[in-house]
Amino acid sequence: MIKRATFGGVALPYALLLPQIAITLIFFFWPAGEALFQAVHVQDALGLKTRFVWFENFERVFSDGYYLASLRITAVFTLASCLLAMGFALLLAVMADRVIRGAGAYKTLLIWPYAVAPALAGVLWGFMFNPTIGVVAHALDAVGIKWNYYVDGDQALFLVTIAAAWKYVSYSFIFFLAGLQSIPRSVIEAAAIDGAGPTKRFWTIVFPLLSPTTFFLLVLNLVHLFFESFGIVHALTQGGPGRATEILVFRVWSDGYRGQDYGGSAAQSVVLMAIVIALTVIQFRYVERKVHY
Amino acid sequence: MVENRPFVTVFSHLTLIVGIGIVCLPLWIAFVASTHDVSRMFQSPAPFWPGTHLVENYLAVLRSGIGQSANAPVGTMLINSLIMALVIAIGKISISIVSAYAIVYFRFPFRMGFFWIIFVTLMLPVEVRIMPTYEVVAGLGMIDTYAGLTIPLIASATATFLFRQFFLTVPDELAEAARIDGAGPLRFFRDILLPLSKTNIAALFVIQFIYGWNQYLWPLLVSTKESYYTVVMGISRMVNVVDAAPTWNLVMATAVLGLVPPVIVVLVMQRWFVKGLVESEK
Repeated sequence: MIKRATFGGVALPYALLLPQIAITLIFFFWPAGEALFQAVHVQDALGLKTRFVWFENFERVFSDGYYLASLRITAVFTLASCLLAMGFALLLAVMADRVIRGAGAYKTLLIWPYAVAPALAGVLWGFMFNPTIGVVAHALDAVGIKWNYYVDGDQALFLVTIAAAWKYVSYSFIFFLAGLQSIPRSVIEAAAIDGAGPTKRFWTIVFPLLSPTTFFLLVLNLVHLFFESFGIVHALTQGGPGRATEILVFRVWSDGYRGQDYGGSAAQSVVLMAIVIALTVIQFRYVERKVHY
Repeated sequence: MVENRPFVTVFSHLTLIVGIGIVCLPLWIAFVASTHDVSRMFQSPAPFWPGTHLVENYLAVLRSGIGQSANAPVGTMLINSLIMALVIAIGKISISIVSAYAIVYFRFPFRMGFFWIIFVTLMLPVEVRIMPTYEVVAGLGMIDTYAGLTIPLIASATATFLFRQFFLTVPDELAEAARIDGAGPLRFFRDILLPLSKTNIAALFVIQFIYGWNQYLWPLLVSTKESYYTVVMGISRMVNVVDAAPTWNLVMATAVLGLVPPVIVVLVMQRWFVKGLVESEK
């Protein structure tokens, strides 16, 4: 944790730490404290007086049917797009690990979506699936599927899910490929000599050896999808139609910014912080102790 | 490749090509749309092959936006995005590297306390505490300033950790030798530690540049004046026009302009980027 050879002096280390600590206190701890404060208070209509109300805001949040629906939507959305992205990425990584010719080009062509902003991913997919002129929407109409994500909530949720999955394929792909390349060739060769074909080798050797990577990616993708999908939802559906794609992060913003319900929004922020803390603990407890091979 | 199975090899290539086709399709469709004139955008479906209005469309959006109300020229937005991405990337790296240096190479009271203060920020992504942070920044009068756009996003536990991990792997003998030769802490940092950290800095730069460029919710709150719009948040104002169908050819030209810079950074610095990604998440 600390070096054997350290430098003396007390003023210098404090000066070096000052910028980071100052920014952290002003822009992290102050707002977080504010959120905790607002979460247990209500403001009157003019915003002049605040009253301490214990857990009333939380009760209000959790007794709101829309909030519970939003929890369910968030769970469906994050899990579905996480599994979709990881499945697709694993397939491509296994294939890219096999091929010799063109491996570099394939890799380059698969990692670029990492750099695309979630909001832009939403715009690109929204254009392809636009009910009026979208290419894919047109193809779907041709095979008899009535496509209009502006009115059909399930279709909107589906579109948000695949747009998010698309954005996270490259991230998982990079980690899966790195994981695959760290599996010793000798193990695979031994299995091949014993007569195991590619499919059998994948399920009995490669996939189990890859499980630490898979678990780690599962946790991280869930965290990313949970928090970074605001842009996708905001650019693509604005939480609609109705409230069909209103994920939790979107709700914090729309209740606080559009609805001016600071207490409710802050209570939701506190709930979200609890979720992040839980996920971070899981990440550090279980991901740190990766299975080593 | 363990054994020679031509069929499996062909199948692998086919899967990869189809996969890449799916991954690249949205960008292709967007690019194609950005090369057509607006009248083509009223025929369904949208075109699949490029048209002839490429230069014209891109020049139009760069100079004057998409010509509807509440839209800055995309040129301005790109400059704002670039400022935001660079300040966040360079700012994060600078403050993180010096604070990691202080934590690893000095003994002083409350060292662990400071470490935990930085650590806890991992658990508070900006999306979670968005409204209170906005109020703090508004209270400090930082709405519609570059400082308001960037400084609240500069503190980063991830970067501090990465540098801390790296400094711990630097042999102790280097610091001892430097001290024997009479180098002070700042000299050691500048002449030995900084050059050793080059690859880590490059890797972090790619990741943080993308992070800064792709910010969406934060500029949406902080930039109320058009002259402070960034391209990623500006485009959503173009898509969600109230009274008319968006002029898709110009919107797509803006989208392409908005995604090309970070994509170029990733592709040019691919090697460092992959290394940085794999290491910073460990």
